[in-house]
Amino acid sequence: MAVRLFFKEKWFYLLILAFALTVPFLVPGRYFFQIIIMSCLYAMATLSMNLILGYTGQASLAHAGFFGIGAYGVGLMTKAGISFWAALPVSALLAAFIGLLIGLPTLRTRGSYFAIATLCFGVIVSIIAGSWVSLTGGYTGVVGIPKPTPIPFPVIGKLSFNSLTAQYYLVLAFLLLTLFVMHRLVFSLQGLSFMAIRNNEALADAVGINTFATKILSFVIANFFAGLSGGIYASLIGSISPSTASYMLTFNWLVYLLLGGVATLSGPIIGAFAIPVLMENLQFLEEYRLLIFGVLLIVVIIFSPRGLMGVIESVWNKSKAKNPVRKAGGEYAAEGGKPDQAI
Amino acid sequence: MDLFLQQILNGIMLGSTYAVVALGLTLVFGILHIPNFAHGHLYMLGGYVTFFFITLLGFGFWTAMISSMIILALIGILVERVVYRPLRDQPHINSFISAIGALMFLETFVVVAWGPQGQRIPNPYPNPVEIGGIILTQQRLLVIIAAIVLIVLLQLFLKKTTPGTTIEAVAQNREGAMLVGINVNRVSSMTFAISTATAAAAASLVAPIFMISPSMGALLGMKAFVIVILGGLGSVPGAIFGGYILGLIEALGGGYISADYKDVFAFGALILILAIRPTGLFGREEVG
Amino acid sequence: MLLKVENLTKQFEGLVAVSDVSFQVGAGDILAIIGPNGAGKTTVFNLISGILPPTSGKILMQDEDITCLKPYQVAQKGIARTFQTTALFDQLRVLDNLAIGYKLKTTTGFWSTIFRTRGWKEDRDKCTQKVLEVLGFIGLAEKTYSLVSTLSQEEQKRLAIGIALMSDPKIILLDEPTGGLIQEDTDSITALIRKMKKTGITVIIIEHKMRMIMDLADRIVVLNYGEKIADGPPEEVSKDAAVIKAYLGGEYIA
Repeated sequence: MAVRLFFKEKWFYLLILAFALTVPFLVPGRYFFQIIIMSCLYAMATLSMNLILGYTGQASLAHAGFFGIGAYGVGLMTKAGISFWAALPVSALLAAFIGLLIGLPTLRTRGSYFAIATLCFGVIVSIIAGSWVSLTGGYTGVVGIPKPTPIPFPVIGKLSFNSLTAQYYLVLAFLLLTLFVMHRLVFSLQGLSFMAIRNNEALADAVGINTFATKILSFVIANFFAGLSGGIYASLIGSISPSTASYMLTFNWLVYLLLGGVATLSGPIIGAFAIPVLMENLQFLEEYRLLIFGVLLIVVIIFSPRGLMGVIESVWNKSKAKNPVRKAGGEYAAEGGKPDQAI
Repeated sequence: MDLFLQQILNGIMLGSTYAVVALGLTLVFGILHIPNFAHGHLYMLGGYVTFFFITLLGFGFWTAMISSMIILALIGILVERVVYRPLRDQPHINSFISAIGALMFLETFVVVAWGPQGQRIPNPYPNPVEIGGIILTQQRLLVIIAAIVLIVLLQLFLKKTTPGTTIEAVAQNREGAMLVGINVNRVSSMTFAISTATAAAAASLVAPIFMISPSMGALLGMKAFVIVILGGLGSVPGAIFGGYILGLIEALGGGYISADYKDVFAFGALILILAIRPTGLFGREEVG
Repeated sequence: MLLKVENLTKQFEGLVAVSDVSFQVGAGDILAIIGPNGAGKTTVFNLISGILPPTSGKILMQDEDITCLKPYQVAQKGIARTFQTTALFDQLRVLDNLAIGYKLKTTTGFWSTIFRTRGWKEDRDKCTQKVLEVLGFIGLAEKTYSLVSTLSQEEQKRLAIGIALMSDPKIILLDEPTGGLIQEDTDSITALIRKMKKTGITVIIIEHKMRMIMDLADRIVVLNYGEKIADGPPEEVSKDAAVIKAYLGGEYIA
């Protein structure tokens, strides 16, 4: 391969994975462990929100709504006796399908219109969750949701999810799955067509990309993973209520995403871990948490709209552009160096 | 029959609030193209400032309301300057995110300052009046009349005064307005001031009837957006009629169909109508 | 004839932007569309590329009616275009910009992207090959990894043409490819257009620079107030009485 179109950093990922696997031995206590598990779930949600908002440039504010659909799906189904392992994919697919139905009208609109329409849908979900008492339990919500069904193994017995460590590994596996799918999508022509729509929809259309179908695809995938993370949330936390689908949750993820780094893969994860952990250490600020988030959001969007990892990535890209030989090595000089010869 | 008329009157009163709030938003969103998603929160803050003047400083209702309008006009200018102006030439989505930052700040600020629970402003005109067999309090009647007065005054301002016509000029042709020497920055500030002051007036008027709470702004802000999008961006009549229609739909739908789902009607209607017309009912152009 | 435009008309709320315009382009030709500002040149491009639906008239590509297709469908029929204000994917690198232009040549969908199937890998390799080829062709090989925002104006215009070339189009519509450039840069773009013609691509170009057009074009269509007032080889058009009148005091004829 002469020029690497989609680069990957294998070593970097292995290092992170090694760290992630040892986390259960490093955490100081149960409470902190709970926070880490929540962060994994929120990282999944933020990563998927990043696909539609960060990469495709469509500000979907219904994300918590789809998280809630997944959560209620798993909560109600597992309480009715259905296995978690059946309820989870069904709920995630339900979120994806409702996403398709909502995407068809709303993705025809642009910019603020789309943001408002999706926000309206998010609010509708939480109103229904609060008002359809016979199904959802109204504002008290659903409580006593069983933990994920144990997985039987022939020799060693069965793997149950009562311990925090087992729960952590479960969430970690799903977080890695999300990251894997996002990585494959982003570093591909499919991902580039998402970014093409974000950067210049008219040009994307002119070069032959079916922009509407591409936006629908991005929205549906994003909502599938929102539903997936919601479903796991319901089972691990054990209780859900209309606030599980509240737009305030969407706004929280927006803060994680923007501070961590929009349109990067590491940014949403860093945001979803660093901010809650930081807030835990600044307990006295609890009351002022959203006050600070609000100011940070404004400051970041004005002065550094791509967030922490966005800044790092653009510095990295710039240094590579200056010394192209360093990264692409001899490959670059061999073929690309002499124009006209490549034809 | 009485119930029906009662609901109609409730709808008109609710609609008066919506009309005034949507009118302010359509100036900012339709004319300046700023998606001021914090509009509902500024409305909420207006109610609290009035509450502050009445309960803590002992102002009369009208003095408190006018003071609140002035304070909110200043806050509106500040918000435009700090939250939106640095993002003027950037994609709309950035302003939208900035707006979310602003509304998180405003809501938490009010929670910290006054607590999360609802507050009640003493009703200055609690006596009932009877019109054609319907009994309603003077305050409710006052809301309806004051809203009409506000709408008429705003129309006169936009059509008959020099500063008002500059807003109209910017609305019709931004580049042209700049060419003839209109200071767009000043028009932005002025439009914001008017928009937030009217929101404060609306909040102050209904505050004695409903309670005020830190979360009351969010839903109202969204409804104002629904009205503005459906009524047509920047359309003053669209905002007024849209406001009254939404008020009536909610009062009748809430009274006869389901009180729990009354908000679903408005938001559901938006999604359905956008499915048919992505630019809104009377939308001429899309915002980017 | 590769592309035929028949009786094309476009009205905007009563205002006639393009009125009953017909012309044809043969394979491998360079056709120039000229005319004063507001003559409806860009509107013709927008009609051909499907951005605007025509009020009446037909557009035929190799005798296939493409009149009511959407822009991305027109692109799939082999008609690429550039825009008057240079349109690029701003936050991405030169490499990525070109690769996006290849998307329509690929058929791999979501699942093959996730599992990186053999088809996906073939697509990626062909795309990479094509990117290298186009990078060489437009002379931007040294800027492969640069963000497009760091390119000069002339390089950006080359890249815009490069994106259009990625899909191996039969016809490419260039809307003022040298607009705002100095003479030296205009010459380099002109050379690039000639090079495109040599590879057999048909070019339809909108330009204001008369000297360049008279030199470059095989045929010229002149529009004025949305109507076609002349159509023929450069020598003929430059002597046409109606054209001289429309351009009275204009750059070339005067």
